Amino acid sequence: MLVGASALCLVGCAGQQSALDPAGRDAERIAHLFWWMASGAAIIWIAVACLTFYSIRRPTAAMSARQARLFIIGGGALMPTLVLAGLLIYGLALLPELLAPAPEGSLRIKVAAEQWWWRVRYRLPEGGETELANEIRIPVGEPVEFELESHDVIHSFWIPALGGKMDMIPGRKTRLVLHPTRTGVFRGVCAEYCGVAHALMAFDVVVMETEEFTSWLNQQSQPAAETTEPSALHGREFFFANGCSACHAIRGTTADGIVGPDLTHVGSRMSLGAGTVPNEPGAFIRWIQQTDKIKPGVHMPHFRMLPPEELHALEAYLESLK
Amino acid sequence: MKTSPGDPNPLDHEPPAELQRLQEERLLKAWAAPKGWRYWSEVNNTQVGLWYTATAFLFFLFGGVLALFIRIQLAQPGNDFLSAETYNQVFTVHGSVMMFLFAIPIFESIAVIFLPQMLGARDLPFPRLSAFGYWCFLIGGVFLCGSIFFDAAPRGGWFMYPPLTSQYQPGIGADIWLLGFSFIEIAAIAAAVELIVGTLKCRPPGMRINLIPLYCWYVLVAAAMVLFAFPPLIAGSMLMEIERAFHWPFFDPAGGGDPLLWQHLFWLFGHPEVYIIFLPSVALIAMIVPTFARRPIVGYGWIVLAAVGTGFLSFGLWVHHMFTTGLPGISIGLFSAASEAVAIPTGVQIFCFIATLAAGRLVKSTPMLFTFGGLATFVVGGLTGVMVALAPFDFQAHDSYFIVGHLHYVLIGGTIFPILAGLYYFFPLINGKKLSDKLGKAAFWITFTGFNVTFLPMHLTGLLGMPRRVFTYPAGLGFDTLNLVSSIGAFVLAIGFAVILWDVVRPKRKEPLSERNPWGAGTLEWLQQMPAKPWGVRSIPEIDSRYPLWDQPNFLRDVDQGRFYLPDAEEQGRETIVTTAIDAQPVQVLQLPGPSFVTLWAALTIGGFFIFGTYHQWGFALLSAMAAVGVIFYWMWTGTAIIPKKSERDVGLGLKLPLYASGSASVGWWAMFITMLADFTAFVSLVFGYFFYWTIHHDFPPDPTPGPGVFWPCLGAALALGSWALTALAQRWNRQGRAAPFYAGVLVAASLATAAAAALLAGPWLTGLDPKTHVYPAMVWLLTIWAALHLLIGVLMQFYTLARRLAGKMTAAHDTDISTVTLYWHFVAITIVITVAVIAGFPLVN
Repeated sequence: MLVGASALCLVGCAGQQSALDPAGRDAERIAHLFWWMASGAAIIWIAVACLTFYSIRRPTAAMSARQARLFIIGGGALMPTLVLAGLLIYGLALLPELLAPAPEGSLRIKVAAEQWWWRVRYRLPEGGETELANEIRIPVGEPVEFELESHDVIHSFWIPALGGKMDMIPGRKTRLVLHPTRTGVFRGVCAEYCGVAHALMAFDVVVMETEEFTSWLNQQSQPAAETTEPSALHGREFFFANGCSACHAIRGTTADGIVGPDLTHVGSRMSLGAGTVPNEPGAFIRWIQQTDKIKPGVHMPHFRMLPPEELHALEAYLESLK
Repeated sequence: MKTSPGDPNPLDHEPPAELQRLQEERLLKAWAAPKGWRYWSEVNNTQVGLWYTATAFLFFLFGGVLALFIRIQLAQPGNDFLSAETYNQVFTVHGSVMMFLFAIPIFESIAVIFLPQMLGARDLPFPRLSAFGYWCFLIGGVFLCGSIFFDAAPRGGWFMYPPLTSQYQPGIGADIWLLGFSFIEIAAIAAAVELIVGTLKCRPPGMRINLIPLYCWYVLVAAAMVLFAFPPLIAGSMLMEIERAFHWPFFDPAGGGDPLLWQHLFWLFGHPEVYIIFLPSVALIAMIVPTFARRPIVGYGWIVLAAVGTGFLSFGLWVHHMFTTGLPGISIGLFSAASEAVAIPTGVQIFCFIATLAAGRLVKSTPMLFTFGGLATFVVGGLTGVMVALAPFDFQAHDSYFIVGHLHYVLIGGTIFPILAGLYYFFPLINGKKLSDKLGKAAFWITFTGFNVTFLPMHLTGLLGMPRRVFTYPAGLGFDTLNLVSSIGAFVLAIGFAVILWDVVRPKRKEPLSERNPWGAGTLEWLQQMPAKPWGVRSIPEIDSRYPLWDQPNFLRDVDQGRFYLPDAEEQGRETIVTTAIDAQPVQVLQLPGPSFVTLWAALTIGGFFIFGTYHQWGFALLSAMAAVGVIFYWMWTGTAIIPKKSERDVGLGLKLPLYASGSASVGWWAMFITMLADFTAFVSLVFGYFFYWTIHHDFPPDPTPGPGVFWPCLGAALALGSWALTALAQRWNRQGRAAPFYAGVLVAASLATAAAAALLAGPWLTGLDPKTHVYPAMVWLLTIWAALHLLIGVLMQFYTLARRLAGKMTAAHDTDISTVTLYWHFVAITIVITVAVIAGFPLVN
């Protein structure tokens, strides 16, 4: 049965956001637990169905009162007690491992959820922090601890391929430790209903080789790249002229808004609008023009009134922020 | 058949035909429903129960249509059939309607119809209370559902987690939810009081506690659970509405509050709620299975034990809805284990049904088809329940579509299919005709197929990573096809329900009446003639068996000819027999109130308070509340504790029973006791809140303690206890016939209570506690106001007894009013002592 299930899984369970296609130790343990429980549940269901079917179709006469009592005690009380005891021992034994804090010196990432995006702060090895948004990259084969918080409503941090979820609750700090085991691109989502755009609050997760990760983090912690391309330079002017810097920060420039996501390296991100639009050519323009259409409820206003040349220049500038 | 010595036999000869005719005429006159528009003043359980059930089904259809909207929207990725804002209202209202306007009411409404029939009673003890509950339900329900047509509906999910709902949703949607459902919950508690007293006190003579039909056992357990489960939610709703309206920061971390308190209070209600819905539906199965297995249930005692056990356990599981909130591992482990344990009593019940089938001979029927469908589905839901109760798995499954699949297997398998089985089974009792077997079988297979096609794929959808409550999803994550399949299944399911609806409403004039007891059942409700007579049972039988129609010889004949108790309505009034709670010894003939519009007025005025409150029109709300107090007093004054013309009634078979009972022998005393248990539970929930804040803060109360000090609270407590003692003494003086001390005692008691309320409020007032600044002053104010309000209601009651005695409606021998009021005061005394110990005492020892 397990073999069959695994075969089925290969076809039907794959996916960037699948808990059944694990890429982390925690998700693996839980997927394993799931397959055992699902098989057990299927066996129990079939057994109960057969018993019922036999009870109504049996050719001989009644069960005696004594037999009936044994049947109820055995099937209704004793059997579930034994099965559940076994299951609890197996299942709860996983808890200490799943809940254990990451060892001293592990990578720590602070994630603050906002309506409806993710503020991500990496602790740098040399001390200090660097703020990014809506994308998380982590090295493979190392534990990583997420320090989770929220300043508005309750959200929940969930990367199904790596492990379980953890709520982010205003006034509290929670944490989640994950152990990625293979490289790849995955998807995380907000799992707690958090208002209008709850459905559009996702983020990209990239599990990388350690060296690759180190250089990536080093690059992300630098100030924004200086551009020399004329249209990008124009875009930069429009960026400030239209007041974008009131909400967004771009390190290395005077843009220091803290309300919205940090844009220092936004051109290097895989998607825009918290996992809503893939970052392909034209994406910035579409997003800036119709934030409200793409992401209902979003706090960023749309800039439909901007002339096309300004939009193209803005796109060139933002794309240059690699 | 077990008869105990001393049990009377029915009359051994047939009463003269002329006498029978006169008796029937008088009974009919007493029980006939009013004609014309006055029909709506009817309070009899069969009529009210029918309105109640029909209305609940209408809300079910409404919730079902909303579900179809959800499924259309999710049929494909990126769909724009509904906007995000609309979708969020639709899923919130779908969940809320199904829980509060269908699942709970349908349990209570079915019980209101059938409980008296199963107990051989003419009606429940407080018919007007049922009618009042119905009107509250109707008004509140229409208000809630209507809001979605004005884009004003609640949009915080049926669980309403703050701070989203307390600070981030400014419209009136959340207020509609909080106040509208509090209103309906009060109605549900009223119905629970009715059902508990009905089961305990209105059984037929001889129906000892071990002979009660299983349905009634289940109803007793579920109604008792309502008493303890709803008050935490009412308390929580109160906290949140006060935060929304007056900015007391109960759930706002900036003011020391904590959103998790709401989750605790909500799930303290929410988890038992699942079993409150589920148990009464299994109860229908427990009635249907023996009938079609043609034998008594196997393991009666086991089932009762399992039902009671489930009830208890269900209050210890709420934390499993909060496994991902970052609780310590030890709590998670303990609540995981407790959650698994509830599978054991559930397993016992299912095996009892299978054993009954194995020990009997199954007769095939449509109700059994739905029963099997229900069991097959529910077992799946139970097994996935075992899976999600295990915390590690829940870390993944929580808030994903796996849970949507799981909960619908539990609720549709455990509730809807059994209710449909009940519909096909009991329908002949409603209008004398059977539903169509052919349509029923077709409907079963369509709903069963549609249901599984809709909800089975959702388990996988969830594990592939689709979270709940999303108005859309991107393509290419592996769940596009699964969602489309679910949407198609939903429409198949809807067709099945349409077939059932058609079967119920299609004209049946030309069809013959069903024969009496068409399924050959053994329980009392099947005594009913076809079509039904309004009097319930012709005479109230002496019961010696769990299945009297099978076991007691000539039973139908004896009941019909009036050979048992109370075959007559001498004064042409509505009456039923009251028995003792355990042994069902007859102790009283209860004169029941007749039709009246006062119930509708009470519902309208109380509803006014909540509806005006929703719009923050507090002036009108207060006026409406005052009108409600007036209406309730009129209701009490004209409809309760009436001194009968005669002191005794000859009920036949040589038995004479008193018409008036007082103290713990009266049903009114029981109702007060049970109501106050619920009230006290709400109070305990608030105290729980106080200590919850203590556990999360290093300094709670803040140091130095800002108030309310010790003096004023203690003075308040002393005065309140004085009032309580004097009330109890006044009861004694009244019984001794000493009028002057009684009047003086009650007057002084009322003055003391008023002064006590003032002294309690003086504490936080004079120490300058500002409830908007921090959760500590807010909590102290809230507890104080709660206590003061109870004192003032107590004062109204004291004046009421004064007026009753002045008007001659209460005498030394007929003192129900004061004995019930004294009981209220016992609870107030405990409430005050605890309040003062918490607000004045705890800061000292802390």
